[in-house]
Amino acid sequence: MKRTCVILAVTALGAGSAFAQAIAPGEVAYEDGAVSASLTGAPGDPAEGRKVMNRGAGNCVACHQVTDLTEYPFQGEVGPTLDGVADRWDEAQLRGIVANAKMMFPDTMMPSFYKVDGFIRPGDGYTGKAATEIHPLLTPEQIENVVAYLLTLKE
Amino acid sequence: MNKTKALATGGAILALLAVPAFAGPDEDSLVINGETEIVTEAPAPAHLEGVLDTIYSGWRFRSDDTQALEMDDFDNPAMLAVDAAAATFETVDGAAGKSCASCHEGGPESFAGLGAVMPKVRESDGKLVVMEDIINECRTERMQAEEWKWSSQTMQGMVALIRLQSRGMPVDVAIDGPAQSFWDQGKEMYYTRFGQLELSCANCHEDNWGNMIRADHLSQGQINGFPTYRFNTTGLVSVHNRFRGCIRDTMAETFAEGSDEFRALELYVASRGNGLSVESPAVRQ
Ligand code: HEC
Ligand code: HEC
Repeated sequence: MKRTCVILAVTALGAGSAFAQAIAPGEVAYEDGAVSASLTGAPGDPAEGRKVMNRGAGNCVACHQVTDLTEYPFQGEVGPTLDGVADRWDEAQLRGIVANAKMMFPDTMMPSFYKVDGFIRPGDGYTGKAATEIHPLLTPEQIENVVAYLLTLKE
Repeated sequence: MNKTKALATGGAILALLAVPAFAGPDEDSLVINGETEIVTEAPAPAHLEGVLDTIYSGWRFRSDDTQALEMDDFDNPAMLAVDAAAATFETVDGAAGKSCASCHEGGPESFAGLGAVMPKVRESDGKLVVMEDIINECRTERMQAEEWKWSSQTMQGMVALIRLQSRGMPVDVAIDGPAQSFWDQGKEMYYTRFGQLELSCANCHEDNWGNMIRADHLSQGQINGFPTYRFNTTGLVSVHNRFRGCIRDTMAETFAEGSDEFRALELYVASRGNGLSVESPAVRQ
């Protein structure tokens, strides 16, 4: 029986990074949950990061409400609103939270977007079958872009 | 049991897709056919102490339009499959030349109460069995007929017909004695964070019931109303099919319908609803 709705439709894209020098998921240095170095070595693009917030990419709005993103319907209430998030966290902290929120908030429900191991029964996307190869949920570019976008959310 | 009518209009279906804009369960109460009172809110069973105070049927989290379809069997689209099952009950099938009714002369009504205590550990062999197991064993062993596919409409229609006989009775599955080890296994699964999204049943249905996750209003994930009729699949959904989908959506390798893992999980999840009424067959969007 086919189910039509995938609740948290984030897509794993990892492969084929345009940035050869990108820091690999296992190499990211977390300090108190924060990551100071850009994963790509370059600054992100907030306009591109805005798109990552939607379904089909990071799908952050499945759990977070963001007033600036009113064109993305059905925003969730599992996580806190991200309005004014740049007043609460700096760039390194936001990068750490997006890359692996469990470093900052140990038991959080928020998925780890830049992690490739330690999963229980990882699947091949949303097929329900076992994974053959695991890519991070977001590419280094997407993470940098989304961090750049989050930094625009000031009140 | 012929109180069936196909679902009225396309307009009604569209209205069901509207998203409720409130958090938490609503205050509505459920009486089916104007006579059967359904307990949709109850004190949590003792084993959930410190976890949940109150348990709610998924019905309380649905829109008024969806809720209404469960209040009268004439409107409940699940009753089509139940009527078909009532006919199947009388139909001879298999090499033994028997129908269900050949052995169960009292008809489906003779199963009143069974739905409220399933799944259970069978005394004869110590196996944890769910309704589908019992039905398929009757088919293969006593009727010498083909077994039914777990989530087929024929199987789920029969499960619904049998559970319907307990409608309104409180769910009361045993969790101790021989059930204990299966229950422990199911509980562990409930709290395991599966898949690349690392989400457990508890993350969504214990920590976030009442909240919206994208367009979905999270319930407590109770199974007192299963099999449920779902509009996005236009048919009856089995418990194991629902589990499979929820685990798959965590980007995990899921478990098979009819697996021992899902039997154990079904026992555990059913026990979280001890005290709610059997509500089958329920209607969900
Ligand atoms: C499955 C739910 C879920 C998804 C999907 C999700 N988050 Fe979160 N997020 C949370 C929760 C829950 C918290 C609160 C942290 C905690 O557990 O204490 C949080 C916290 C945060 C915070 C800190 C907010 C604050 O004010 O303290 C940021 C920033 C954040 N998330 C960004 C994102 C971004 C960007 C994405 C997508 C790329 C995303 N989240 C996807 C659940 C989620
Ligand atoms: C990422 C979130 C998420 C996770 C994890 C999850 N579910 Fe669900 N589940 C949902 C959503 C959304 C629905 C549909 C809305 C509702 O009824 O809560 C649902 C529905 C259900 C239902 C149907 C309830 C009804 O009244 O029709 C059951 C039963 C269920 N889930 C059980 C489980 C079990 C058991 C697990 C773990 C194996 C699980 N879920 C994991 C999101 C989740």
